[in-house]
Amino acid sequence: MHAESEIREPLILGNKTYHQISEDIVRPIEGKATKQWYMLLTLAVICFLWGIGCLAYTIGTGIGVWGSNNGVDWAWDITNFVWWIGIGHAGTLISAVLLLFRQKWRMAINRSAEAMTIFAVMCAAIFVTLHTGRPWLDYWLFPLPNQFGSLWVNFNSPLLWDVFAVSTYFSVSLVFWYTGLVPDFAMIRDRAVKPFAKKFYSLLSFGWGGSARHWSRFEEVSLVLAGLSTPLVFSVHSIVSMDFATSVVPGWHTTIFPPYFVAGAVFSGFAMVQTLLLIMRKVYHLENYITIKHIEYMNIVIIVTGSIVGVAYLTELFISWYSGVEYEQYAFLNRATGPYWWAYAAMMTCNVISPQIFWFKKLRTNLAFTFFMSIIVNIGMWFERFVIIVPTLCRTFLPSTWNMYHPTFIDIGIFTGTIGMFFTFFLLFTRYFPVIAQAELKSIVKASGQEYKEKAKHAAH
Amino acid sequence: MSNVTIHAIFDDEEPLMSSAKTLKSNGIRVKDVFSPFPIHGIDPVIGVPRTWIAICAFIYGITGLSLGTLMMWYMMINDWPTDIGGKPSFAYYMNMPAFIPISFECTVLCAAHGMAITYYLRCWLVPGAKAKNPDPRTTDDKFLMVVETKPENKNDIESILKNGGASEIHYK
Repeated sequence: MHAESEIREPLILGNKTYHQISEDIVRPIEGKATKQWYMLLTLAVICFLWGIGCLAYTIGTGIGVWGSNNGVDWAWDITNFVWWIGIGHAGTLISAVLLLFRQKWRMAINRSAEAMTIFAVMCAAIFVTLHTGRPWLDYWLFPLPNQFGSLWVNFNSPLLWDVFAVSTYFSVSLVFWYTGLVPDFAMIRDRAVKPFAKKFYSLLSFGWGGSARHWSRFEEVSLVLAGLSTPLVFSVHSIVSMDFATSVVPGWHTTIFPPYFVAGAVFSGFAMVQTLLLIMRKVYHLENYITIKHIEYMNIVIIVTGSIVGVAYLTELFISWYSGVEYEQYAFLNRATGPYWWAYAAMMTCNVISPQIFWFKKLRTNLAFTFFMSIIVNIGMWFERFVIIVPTLCRTFLPSTWNMYHPTFIDIGIFTGTIGMFFTFFLLFTRYFPVIAQAELKSIVKASGQEYKEKAKHAAH
Repeated sequence: MSNVTIHAIFDDEEPLMSSAKTLKSNGIRVKDVFSPFPIHGIDPVIGVPRTWIAICAFIYGITGLSLGTLMMWYMMINDWPTDIGGKPSFAYYMNMPAFIPISFECTVLCAAHGMAITYYLRCWLVPGAKAKNPDPRTTDDKFLMVVETKPENKNDIESILKNGGASEIHYK
C-alpha cells in the first residue's frame, strides 16, 4: 500500500468498504434502467439510424452527394475524422500516461475514458473508410498482393502511416481496455443471480479468479501496455497532422503541426470526458467516486492543453508573417479575415479564451459551468479542424479554382449519425459494463478513501 | 497419505499478509492467494517469481520491428521500386526516414498483441474458461489463502491462521 500525504484530498468520499464499492459499481448493471436512460438511448439510436441512412445513400450514389467539391476536396469528412480521433486521445492519456505518472485519480475515470476512446475511433474510422469514395475497395489500403502486377501501397505516404497508426491504436486500446475489464467482469459474474447474467459475465470474464500470480502478470501487462500506448497515442495524432504537414499547401506545411495536434487532441478529449462523466456520475450516483476533485484535475488539464493550443495558434501566425512567404501569409490572413472568418473567430474564442476562465477555482469546481465549457471546447475543436481544412482549400494557389464549401444534408446527417452511434455505444456500455475500474479502486481505498484518511489524520495528532 | 488443502478466508489484506509471513517463517509454503485486487508485496512472501511477460513483450516488439522492416524493404525497394515525387526507392537506408512511423507502429502492434495473447494464454483466460477462484466472494471483498500440507501439520497451520485473523477455514 502506498502512503499518501494527509493534505491531499480524498479520492473516494464517504465510508466505503470493499463490498460497498462492489455494490456501487454494480448497481447500474443489476438494477433496472431508468427512464432517462431509455430516453437518451432512443434519441441516440434515432440519430444513429439517420446516419446509417445517409451513409447508405452515400455508398449507393457516390461521394458527390457531399458538399466537397473540386477545390475543397477534403471537408466535413476529414474534419470529423480528425475531431473524433482527437477525442479518443484523452482516454489513452488518462489510462496510460497517468498510470505511468502514478496518478491515482485516473482510477475513477479511466474505464469510461477508454470506452470513449474506442467508440470515438470507431466513429473516426467511418469517415476515413468512406472518404475514399469506393469503400468496398478499402482493402487496397493494406499491403496485400494484388492482381495489378504487385504494385504495393506507398510506404512513403502519411496517408498510409495513418492506416497503420489508427488500426494499431484502435486494436491496442481495445486490448488495454478489455484486459482491465476482465477482473471486474469476474466480480459481476460471482455475484450474478440471474442465469443469463451469470452466463454472459462468465463468458466475458474469461474465467478470471484473481490469484496472486495472475494479479502479478496483470499489473505487469497493464504497465507495459501503458508504456507502449503512451508513445503510440502521440504517434497517432502526429501522423494525422502529417497528413497535412507533409503537403505543400500553404497553411498546412508547418512543422508545428504534430505537437499542436496532440495538445489539441488531449484538450478536446478531456472536454468530451467531462461531458460524459458529468452526466454519468449524476445518473448513476457515482458522486463519491468521480468527485469534484476529479473534475477539477481534468479542468486543470484543459487549461494546460488549451494554453498549448493557444500558443500554437499564435506561433503559427507569427511564423507565417516571419517566413516572408506571401502565400503562407495569405493563408493565415484568409483564415482570420476571409469568407470563413466566423469559423476562425469561433475557434479562437472557444479554444484560446474560454479555457482561461478555469483559472478561477470557483468556476473550475462548478459542475454546471464545467459542463457548459466542455461543450464549448468540443465545438471549438471541431472548428479548429474545419478552419485548417476548408478555408485553406477554398483559396489555394490558383484563383480560378477559388470557391466556397457548403455542407449538404448528407454531410450533416452522417456526422449526426456518428454522434448517435457514439452515444448509443456509450449508453450500452454504462448499462452493461462496470463503468469504474473497481478492482483498482479497492486497492487505493485505504490510502485515498475519505474515512481512512480522516482516521490517519486523527491518529497522527 | 494424501495432502490436505486448507482454504483460509480473511476479511482484509493485512492479516492475510502477516499470516503468510508467519507461515513462511515456519517453513510452510502458501500455495496461492486469491484477492479482489492485487496485494502489493505478497509475491516474495508466497514465492511468486517475477513474471517474464515484459521480456516477452520486448521480444515481440523486436520481432514486429523486423517484420515491418522486412515488409517495407521487400515492397518498396526489392519487389517494385517506384519513383515517387522524384524520390526514387533505390536503397532502404535512403528511404528509411519515411519508414520510421510504420516501423514504430509494427513494433507496438506486435509487442502489445503478442504480450496480451501470452498473458491470456499463460493465465488461461479464455472465453468459456471456468472461474478459477475457489470461493466467489474473493472477487468482491474476501481474501483467500490456499495452503497444501501433510495431515500431521494441519493443526499447527490452523492455529497460525486462526491467530493471524482468518475468519473462516475450510478443508478440501
